[in-house]
Amino acid sequence: MVVSTTPRPGARRGARSPGGGPPRPGRRGLDRVTALIPVRLRRLGLPYLLILPAILLELLIHLVPMVVGIAMSFLKLTQFFIRNWSAAPGAGLANYEIAVDFDSAVGRGLLHSFTVTVAFTLLAIGLAWLLGTAGAVLMQGSFRGRGLLRTLFLVPYALPAYAAVITWSFMFQRDSGMVNHVLVDQLGLADDRPFWLIGGNSFVALLVTYVWRTWPFAFLMLMAALQNIPSDLYEASAIDGAGWWKQLRSITLPMLRPVNQVLVLVLFLWTFNDFNTPYVLFGKSAPEEADLISIHIYQSSFVTWNFGSGSAMSVLLLLFLLLVTAVYLVATSRRRSDA
Amino acid sequence: MREPRWLPWARWIGLGSLGLFTLVPLYVMATSAIKPLGDVQGDFSWIPTTVTLQPFFDMWRTVPLAHYFVNSLIVASAASVASVVVAIFAAYAISRYRFPGRKIFSITVLSTQMFPGILFLLPLFMIFANLGDLIGLELSASRTGLIITYLTFSLPFAIWMLVGYLDSIPTALDEAAQVDGSGPLGALLRVVIPAAMPGIVAVTIYAFMTSWGEVLFASVMTDESTRTLAVGLQGYATQNDVYWNQVMAASLVVSVPVVAGFLLLQRYLVQGLTAGAVK
Repeated sequence: MVVSTTPRPGARRGARSPGGGPPRPGRRGLDRVTALIPVRLRRLGLPYLLILPAILLELLIHLVPMVVGIAMSFLKLTQFFIRNWSAAPGAGLANYEIAVDFDSAVGRGLLHSFTVTVAFTLLAIGLAWLLGTAGAVLMQGSFRGRGLLRTLFLVPYALPAYAAVITWSFMFQRDSGMVNHVLVDQLGLADDRPFWLIGGNSFVALLVTYVWRTWPFAFLMLMAALQNIPSDLYEASAIDGAGWWKQLRSITLPMLRPVNQVLVLVLFLWTFNDFNTPYVLFGKSAPEEADLISIHIYQSSFVTWNFGSGSAMSVLLLLFLLLVTAVYLVATSRRRSDA
Repeated sequence: MREPRWLPWARWIGLGSLGLFTLVPLYVMATSAIKPLGDVQGDFSWIPTTVTLQPFFDMWRTVPLAHYFVNSLIVASAASVASVVVAIFAAYAISRYRFPGRKIFSITVLSTQMFPGILFLLPLFMIFANLGDLIGLELSASRTGLIITYLTFSLPFAIWMLVGYLDSIPTALDEAAQVDGSGPLGALLRVVIPAAMPGIVAVTIYAFMTSWGEVLFASVMTDESTRTLAVGLQGYATQNDVYWNQVMAASLVVSVPVVAGFLLLQRYLVQGLTAGAVK
C-alpha cells in the first residue's frame, strides 16, 4: 500500500557531514545515567523508555478519558455532581434509553441532528473530493503560474479555522455581506435578501464554508499521489493510442485508488465530527437545519449540564464511527482484492 | 502525458474557478480590514472607497486582543515544543528499534487522532476539575491544562511524520557515532536530530498550527484570564455592534504568522503530511 516513494528531505541533508565533531563531555550526561543499567536490559528497555512519555500523555488525555466517558454515560451526572462525580447515582441504561427514544424530545433532537450530519458529510466529502481531484488532475504538467496557484490553494488549509469561518460569517451577513451583494445587487437573482445564517439556507452556508476549508487537503493528498504514478504507464498507453480521457479513466483514477481509500475515510471522520465550522459560523446556538452532531452534543451537555446524557450520546457516536469504519475497510479491501 | 488541444482551456477554466473560490474570502478579509466602520455596516462594496488603518489600532481596545494573543502564543509554543520533544523520542524508538508492541503502539496512537473530540471533552473537563480538588493541581481553566491537551492532539501526526524523516536518515550515521563512543541517546542528540532538523522544524510548525487554531477545547477549558484567540475573536460579535472591520483586521493579524510559517516550510510539511496519509 506504500505509494510514496519520493525522497524525503532528510535524505539529502543526511548526506552532509553531521554536526558531530569530537565528543563534548557536557552532552553525555544522559548516556552516563543509562550506563548504570546493565547492557542487556538497556538494549531491551530503551525503546520502551523512549516511547514512555508519549504513552503516558496518550493515556492521560485520550485513553483514560475515554474509559471515564463510558463510565459517565451510566451515571446520573447532572450539574450537582460535576465536581464530585463519585457521588453521582447510577443511571443504568437510562441515558442511552432516552437518547434513542425517538418519541422524547431528546431522542428526536439527536435523530434529527444525526440525519443532518449524514447528509452534510456525504455532500461535503463528495464536493471536497471532486474539487480536490479536479484541481490535482488539472495541475499536472507544467504551465505558467503553477507554483503560485499551488501556494494559493494551500492558504485555506493553513488558515486558523476560526479566522476562515469568521470571514465566511461576515460574507453571509444578510445586509452587509458579500454573498447577498453578488446574488441580489449584482446578479439580481432574488428580490429579497435571503438570510444565510438562520433557517434552511444555513445548511448551504455551512457546506460552502466547510468545503472551502477542506478541499485543499484532498488536493494535497491527490497531488502527491499523482506524482508517484510512473510516467512510463502513460507513455506505454500513448503508444497504444490511448487519449487523455482514456488515460484518466484507465490509469490515473485506478492508480489513485489506495490514496482515495484513506482520503475518504479521513474526510469522513473529520467531517462527521466537525465542530469548529458550525460553532464559529453560528455561535453557540446552531440553527436546526445545520445542527451537526458534535455541536448538538456540546449544546445539550453544556446548556443543561447533564454530562451523563452527553456522554451516552458521545459513546453512541463513537460506536457508529467504529461501525462505519470497519464496514468501510472490509468493503474497500475486498473490492481491491477482487480487482 | 500527451495533452489534447482543449486541455489548456479546461485548465484555465477549472483552475481559474478554484482560484477565484479560494481567493474571494481572502480578498474580502484583507479589504474589509482597511475599511471604516460605516462601510462594513452598510452595503458591501468590492473596492474600498475610503482606506484606513484605524481598525488595526482599534481592535486591541474593543476586546483584550493582546491578552488573548499572548495566551495563544504561550499555549501554542509550549504545546508544540513539548509535543515535538516527546515525538522525537518516540519516533526514534519506532524508526531504529524492532520491539514487541511497536506496531500496536503506532496504531493506537494514530487511531486516537480519529476519535471525536467531543468524546474526550466531557470526561477531560471532569478529570481536570476533580484533579484540582484532589491533589491541588489546578488544570481546569489553566494554561497548563490546555498545553497538555494540545500536546497530545499534534502528537500522533508528529510521531508519524518524524518516523518518516528518521527512516530517511541512514542508520550508518548513528552507528558511526556509536563507534565513536556515544550511546544511542548520544547518537540521537548529536547526529540524528541535526540531520533531521528540517523535518523537526516542519513538524513544530504543524503542531503550532494545530494548537493555534483549536476551538472546541479552548471554548470550555479557558476562562477570561486564560482565553485564547480562538474564543477571544468571537468577542467582537457579542457587543451591540459587530465591528466587522476590526474582526477582519484581527483575523488577518492572527493568521499571518501561521500561514507564513506554513507556506515557507510547505515543501517539508506537504511531504511529511502526504507521506503519512499516502502510506
